[in-house]
Amino acid sequence: MILLDQRLESSLESVDHSEERAVALAQESGFSEEETYRLGYAVREALVNAVVHGNRYSANKVVHFKVIRTSRAIEVVIEDQGSGFSTDMQGDPLAQENLMNQSGRGLALIRAFTDEMQVERTTPGGTRVILRKFLPPQAG
Amino acid sequence: MSVKLITRQVGDVTVIDAVGRITLGEGSSTFREIVKDLVNKGNKKILLNLAEVSYIDSSGIGELVSGFTSVSNAGGSLKLLKLTKRIQDLLQITKLYTVFEVFDDEAKALASF
Repeated sequence: MILLDQRLESSLESVDHSEERAVALAQESGFSEEETYRLGYAVREALVNAVVHGNRYSANKVVHFKVIRTSRAIEVVIEDQGSGFSTDMQGDPLAQENLMNQSGRGLALIRAFTDEMQVERTTPGGTRVILRKFLPPQAG
Repeated sequence: MSVKLITRQVGDVTVIDAVGRITLGEGSSTFREIVKDLVNKGNKKILLNLAEVSYIDSSGIGELVSGFTSVSNAGGSLKLLKLTKRIQDLLQITKLYTVFEVFDDEAKALASF
């Protein structure tokens, strides 16, 4: 079931608003306070990546934001219209030599706070990130 | 809500009491400017009290690291006080617990400089 399907402006205001929507949908789906926080955190990081690194705040580009509830999970799809990136090129932010880098931790945190994460290149250009968080047993 | 940062001087240590969210945009840049200003004024012993910080995103974590580096490069130290459980988790996940000195007790933190 599609809970939300929106095209967002490439702005931090969009990020704030959409994070709030994702948090509300997670609460409605029966997630605990802590799991709701974790999903909201992952959604925010993925949206910031799309707006800042993908679309580079361009007024001509949108972020496609979709929240789906399946029988086993909440699935969040975030797609930008940027030039894409490779997760391999990011460097491991948890490696000793990278610990003092100012940036590059977003994907590691998304991975830690969700049950599944997929990153795909899209055509003609862009990145699609799919996050899944399994529903608590009683909500499944 | 963004972050509010209040500084107070305790002996030769500057304590920054932070309240709110440290996220990309206003929150993280406010922190960066305050640390830069303190270092420029020669205040190189900084204790950041995060007891009232409810949320730090990856950009905010980056600003903490950047602040730590700039204070260290100036010959000083930036230490953390009273982390909430969520912020402790973030430092564990990002392995920054190995970098920052973290205290639960302000008197002990002040005595450590």
